[in-house]
Amino acid sequence: MSTDTGPGSAPPPPAIAPAEPSTLRKAMRQKRFTVGLAITLLLVAFVIVAPYLAPFGENEVAGPPFSKDGFLGTDYLGQDVLSRVMYGGKSILVIAVFGTLLGMALGIAIGVVAAYGGGWWDEIIMRANDVVLSFPQILLALVVLTAIEQPTAWILILLVGVSHAPRVARLARGVALGIVSRDFVIAAEALGEKRTRVILAEVLPNMNAPLLAEGGLRLTYSIGLIGALGFLGFSADPGAANWGQMIQENRLALSTQPWAVLAPVLVIAIFCIGTNLMADGIAQVAQRGDN
Amino acid sequence: MTDVATLLPDPPEEVAPPRRQHGAAAWAVWLARRLGLAVLTLWLVSVLVFLATAALGDPVRAILGRDYNSNPGRVAQLEELLNADQSIVSRYFDWLGGLLTGDLGVSLANQRPVSELISANVVNTLVLVLLSAVLMIPLAFAIAMISAHYRRKRPDTVIQTILLAMAGLPEFVIGVLLIALLATTVFKVFPAVTISSPTGHPWDNPDAMVLPTLTLVLAVAPYVSRIVRASLLEVIDSDYVELARLKGIPEKVVMRKHALLNAIVPGIQVIALQLAWLAGGVVVVETLFSYPGVGLQLVDSVRNHDVPMVQALSMIIAGVYVVVNVVADVLSILLTPRARTAISS
Repeated sequence: MSTDTGPGSAPPPPAIAPAEPSTLRKAMRQKRFTVGLAITLLLVAFVIVAPYLAPFGENEVAGPPFSKDGFLGTDYLGQDVLSRVMYGGKSILVIAVFGTLLGMALGIAIGVVAAYGGGWWDEIIMRANDVVLSFPQILLALVVLTAIEQPTAWILILLVGVSHAPRVARLARGVALGIVSRDFVIAAEALGEKRTRVILAEVLPNMNAPLLAEGGLRLTYSIGLIGALGFLGFSADPGAANWGQMIQENRLALSTQPWAVLAPVLVIAIFCIGTNLMADGIAQVAQRGDN
Repeated sequence: MTDVATLLPDPPEEVAPPRRQHGAAAWAVWLARRLGLAVLTLWLVSVLVFLATAALGDPVRAILGRDYNSNPGRVAQLEELLNADQSIVSRYFDWLGGLLTGDLGVSLANQRPVSELISANVVNTLVLVLLSAVLMIPLAFAIAMISAHYRRKRPDTVIQTILLAMAGLPEFVIGVLLIALLATTVFKVFPAVTISSPTGHPWDNPDAMVLPTLTLVLAVAPYVSRIVRASLLEVIDSDYVELARLKGIPEKVVMRKHALLNAIVPGIQVIALQLAWLAGGVVVVETLFSYPGVGLQLVDSVRNHDVPMVQALSMIIAGVYVVVNVVADVLSILLTPRARTAISS
């Protein structure tokens, strides 16, 4: 397991297999994971708490448009930028988290079934997967949005999830292929366990490290994707504050009132950096575990 | 150990060595199989595009919005244009037939042929993507080589931390920050918007190309660079590089001949993925800079619910992706002696 020098600081309890520390515990020793986790948690706390502390309402007019009133000035309708930023994270966070969860669940199911089923089943699933993979994620979302008058939050969650699923499936299949031929899986099969039980109880628990890393990465991409869709003008509620959409609404005034654009951009940037650092920390743990 | 090995793309599909065939014949079989798969993928993509745009929602209702109930004449006219009275299957085959013969249909927004509307933009986007790729590839390789040279030392750590932070940033974040830095707020060096006459090209005014290109380069280079570094390190640790050193070959030659050449193949796969990814990135970047390419046009068409335009544009983007992948697979087989012999022996 650990041919590298580092993680021997905990007293190694020998013999019994489950004594190995959990993925999260190992990840906590990574500096980039803890930094990323701290940034992410701070931002999540900000998104949840900030609406109660915002000096102005979400759609309240605080002064003339693009003025310097207030801490970060006002936006194109004269709404307070700071308050808009404080309100605007909720939809991105909710859609990103649920979209990522959906994409992970779908992708893992597809990938593991393909790996465990094998044969032509595997071939068909992965071929269909290739088709969806030949779409950049944002393109898949845009194609579907063409025929829809006004997207709802559910549609966006579905789009994010479905566009993640094939990418997750590819990874999950690769990881699962290395597990389904191991002795404990064959033993479980020989004992006459049901296929679903073998997958749930034997295969999945052994995949958690790489899947967690992938989940973190997908969360980063989800935030970017939803931000980009908001920026392109596709959001669930055009009236509500939304970081991506704020960029779109105010970008013409970037030279006169830069904060109306820069504030949401910087929040998204910090959010993405946080989740990405976290994902990379887990990925390093996952790799060491594999070798 | 490598940092980003989990991000490495799969190696080109393992091909079972065909028996009793030699050289050219085996190559032809392999190539035919690969092209067949590409065509199959494109066909399935066309089904997906058509279903998503024509069957998932009601485009006529989406186009007219609130007017849907008050304007039955316009509804009938649009349904006529979209052949809504026919079954979905026959509409699909009509559309596919048109696509294969080069007839992309008529735009709903201004009743002009789609092919006429998009041809100039396709060229503009190709120039933007190729220019970004030409700048991005050497940059990413150079950074990776510097980083691998200083492995585990300070410069490597600093470079890797910066790259890791940048790799997570969406394109529009990079683009807006660049605009604020170089076009509006801090310095005013480059124009923030591409303005070109309907007959001219955006590169008639080279200044306007700088920011869109730079945004794409900065959005993609960190990822590529991290992967190239990882595969470089893997090669440097390999037995044959060790052997070359032990034979007393100068370090520079070892790096160039033994290490770099072997690190190029995974690099090609990554570049192919990234080129395809650029095809998605242009959607956002072109909108941000109002660059007259297919991405901007796609976003406009989606906003207008212009179904024939969206269908044509998304088929073009997906087509580019499929072609790039085939080329990358062929190139990596040609450059990997092991895979080369597996096919032709």
